[in-house]
Amino acid sequence: MANNHLTSESKQLATWYFTFAAILFGAQLLFGLVAAIQYVMPGFLYGILDFSIARILHINALVVWMVFAMFGAVYWLLPDETGIETIGIKIGKLLFWIFAAAIVVVVLVYLFIQVGPADETTIWFITEGREYIEAPRWADWGIVVVALGFVANLFLTGIKGRQTGIVTVLMADMIAFAGLYLAGMFFTDNISIDQYWWWWVIHLWVEATWEVYVGAIAAYGLITMIGAHRKVVEMWLWIEVAMLFGSGILGLGHHYFWIGTPEYWWEIGALFSALEPLPLVAMFIHVLYDWGKTQGAEMAKEGTDEDNVKSVVNNKPAFTWFVLNAFGNFLGAGIWGFFHTLPQVNLYTHGTQFTSAHGHLAFFGAYATILIGMMYIAVQGTNGIKVMKNTKASIWAVSMITGGVIGMTIALTIAGYVQVLISRAQMGATWAAYFDGQSGLWFTQAMDWRLIMGVVTFIGFLFLAKDLLTTGKNPVHER
Amino acid sequence: MANKSVWSDNRFWRRSATWVTGFASVLLIWLTFDTSAQIAMGNDQDLKDGVVKRVPGPTVINYKITYEMNSKRGHEVPVIGGNDGNGNSLFQEKEKFFGRDDWSEEEAGKLLHLGKLASQAKNCMDCHTLLGNGAYYAPDLTKSWLDPAWGPDGTMQAMTQPYDKDGNPLPWSKEEAMAAFLQHPDQYATHARMMPDLGITKEEAIGLVAFLKHMSSIDTNGFPRNFGRMQGAVNGK
Repeated sequence: MANNHLTSESKQLATWYFTFAAILFGAQLLFGLVAAIQYVMPGFLYGILDFSIARILHINALVVWMVFAMFGAVYWLLPDETGIETIGIKIGKLLFWIFAAAIVVVVLVYLFIQVGPADETTIWFITEGREYIEAPRWADWGIVVVALGFVANLFLTGIKGRQTGIVTVLMADMIAFAGLYLAGMFFTDNISIDQYWWWWVIHLWVEATWEVYVGAIAAYGLITMIGAHRKVVEMWLWIEVAMLFGSGILGLGHHYFWIGTPEYWWEIGALFSALEPLPLVAMFIHVLYDWGKTQGAEMAKEGTDEDNVKSVVNNKPAFTWFVLNAFGNFLGAGIWGFFHTLPQVNLYTHGTQFTSAHGHLAFFGAYATILIGMMYIAVQGTNGIKVMKNTKASIWAVSMITGGVIGMTIALTIAGYVQVLISRAQMGATWAAYFDGQSGLWFTQAMDWRLIMGVVTFIGFLFLAKDLLTTGKNPVHER
Repeated sequence: MANKSVWSDNRFWRRSATWVTGFASVLLIWLTFDTSAQIAMGNDQDLKDGVVKRVPGPTVINYKITYEMNSKRGHEVPVIGGNDGNGNSLFQEKEKFFGRDDWSEEEAGKLLHLGKLASQAKNCMDCHTLLGNGAYYAPDLTKSWLDPAWGPDGTMQAMTQPYDKDGNPLPWSKEEAMAAFLQHPDQYATHARMMPDLGITKEEAIGLVAFLKHMSSIDTNGFPRNFGRMQGAVNGK
């Protein structure tokens, strides 16, 4: 990306974050493909890059590219929102390199050392062996330092500059985001206590602080891309914060049904997590509605007729991804989550491919979409484009990635049904029951389709990369 | 003049968001105190006194553990040391674990500590699920200690069975079978999806088996349902 149009150092730094995030996104998809192939051909890379390692890399790359893109998006919007250059940008740049270097080291250790002896040195230097946050303890501390530096920059800038609603929400949200990570940084022999706090990190990130973050980014996007009224957008942002935290914080209870924790979590988890889907689509729909009403009123006043209107969307690909975010969040996190959030259902679906179907659509719908949208906004700004159009590559990218993820989700949902019916309901969850479910025809075919759809997603990613990298030279955009 | 309503007032919603978040957080913290007390690990004295803990102490490995219907709670619960007939633990019947049923609190604690560390150092939960959490590439380990496959008539115990030079089977147990498998999982043809060799030592394997036995004694509110109770059911019949 040529940086000739950026005057803000903060935005410059944002593009670094986005670039590294996009590379990790590619890595996430590649290791996902390895794991998907292993479901179909179990001998693939057996003993070299086993499923466990491929999956660690698949999921850790996902989490880390999203965190990178999230930091990047904040550095991007800060100058616009606060009206000043981000404070502490030098530290921000230094932290970027520390973070990136740490990630590379962690990945190399995952790849080539993989496991260690059962002692504390393994936990500190190789793997913590806890799903999603396997990063060894030294890297945990690195992440804490980097996150605190980022939060400090955000706070200093937010306090000195114009403190909009969006910036206020981000400040509160990001401090919770950084603080919660500490809950996952200790070892205990008691696996129930282990998993209790582990969910504080995973759930309260993904189903609370990350969702609120997305609300703030969506608000920023609506203001920058279609010129929606800040007052309306920010009102909805506050409503969304109330609804997301109101449901998401205690929705944590839906992870406490079966890990040794008391029965009262059944009721608390069921009630609050069932409310979680509500806010996910509300803000976007309502802002579009309110904005449409204002537009209609303006058109009526000026006497414009329907055929002569010009689109006000100044970044078509980004806006497409933002729209997908609103619906993907609702469908993937909301509906697919609600499918199995009630304890009566979850008793049978807990720990099956159902969860993985939900995971794929939710992470894509709620986070990947909007972060890709932010990458498009950054590319637009970097290249000094006034109106960014859709290109063939951008349309192929959005269609193939979305189609691929939805295809994988459907395949995994079917696989989940097979597992629930055969392995859980009929056979009673034993070793034999597990493999009976895994060898069912519907299950194996679903896994074939998952792989095919994974390949579709990856090709979509290649189109995305091509589109983002060639935007600068593409003459279709209005400059 | 524009009309004004509290419902379209940003300050009202900002305050609502703050109060709702604060209330939910305080409730969560309060529940966390209660839950932490309830899931704190028990000790040897609890087992001797017949005190039911959601997470029993490490010396639970000295006892026989089963998973049976509790008539009051309406689902299966771990039953330790014998069943009173209603699915409540009697804490009496012992069971040898690697030839002993008198593992001291310190010894059993060390085994469990080693096993829990090994479960993380070997990335178990990136193929298996533990308490239903983890990856879905391999069977759930929550109640694996109680799996019929490892029992006296089970395939896994038969597969790992050692023989003397005359071809007679040597004395063999569930825990020895599990430990043997864990050390060389790639030598046993279990399924096309084989577990790889993770360099698990003998000590680590014993620790892991203790960890698995302990995990089977955790009260998981009836998850998984009907575990091991439907052997031989084919297509639901």
